[in-house]
Amino acid sequence: MQEQAMIEALRTGDEAAFAALIDAYHGQMVRLALVYVHDTTAAEDVVQETWIAVFKGIGSFGARSSLKTWIFSILINRAKTRSTRDGKHAHLAFADHDDEPYTVSPDRFLPKDDPHYPGAWQEDPQSWANVPEAHMLSQETLGIIQATMDALPPQQRQVMLLHDVQGWLSDEICNLLSITETNQRVLLHRARARVRQALATYFEDVRDGS
Amino acid sequence: MDHELSCQEFVELITEYLEGALTADNRTRFEMHVHHCEGCATYVDQMRQTIALMGKLTEGHISEQAKANVLRAFADWKREGH
Repeated sequence: MQEQAMIEALRTGDEAAFAALIDAYHGQMVRLALVYVHDTTAAEDVVQETWIAVFKGIGSFGARSSLKTWIFSILINRAKTRSTRDGKHAHLAFADHDDEPYTVSPDRFLPKDDPHYPGAWQEDPQSWANVPEAHMLSQETLGIIQATMDALPPQQRQVMLLHDVQGWLSDEICNLLSITETNQRVLLHRARARVRQALATYFEDVRDGS
Repeated sequence: MDHELSCQEFVELITEYLEGALTADNRTRFEMHVHHCEGCATYVDQMRQTIALMGKLTEGHISEQAKANVLRAFADWKREGH
């Protein structure tokens, strides 16, 4: 359904339209709420509150943002309120203290004053070409990815979730989170590098039989 | 950047490259580097594979119960004459 048609349908109280919207976004909303609150019950509560705010507020929704961005901004506000109430202030500050300039340890490269190949790999990364596809796509591998993502600083986790898991466009993410494109890319880059490193370690361990 | 990229510089540009955010000059430097460097070719492949795997994580799903609760709240609200 087109956005404007959806908004009109919601305004007239069309239950099927509302159900379609729930099917499209509810799962994503729970995942995003979990960046702010720490259990699924709290996340489900926040999403439920958001839906109620959506149908109560759709009449005055001004279309200054997309419907999706509007819904997810409500969600983030509710989730922040909930996390404050639950005493999770650490998540509210949302500072990303990960200001390490390198995503790959400088030890992996020859020193900058190397006479021949400054900054080149000491030893090339080990290829994953010999990791069987069934293993690459196994639940265990996906579990490693999920666990690494859950341990990321919240800003990185949020951007990675929206961009790489849920397929949001960069400008949608920047609008929703009020961050610049550059900032968004830095967060995404750090997050991806960490997940890649976790996978590399995991595949090496498997290969070494440990 | 008016010199050839080092591997250490290369790895930090991958997301900008994949997102189409590099200038034309830097894009050329990036592509020249990866063309000649096996280690960086492996690394960039692994970043791509990582991204592809991220897309396989479930988006999360809604329980029928949760959906029914929301729809009931919606119906109640309508019934109250909004």
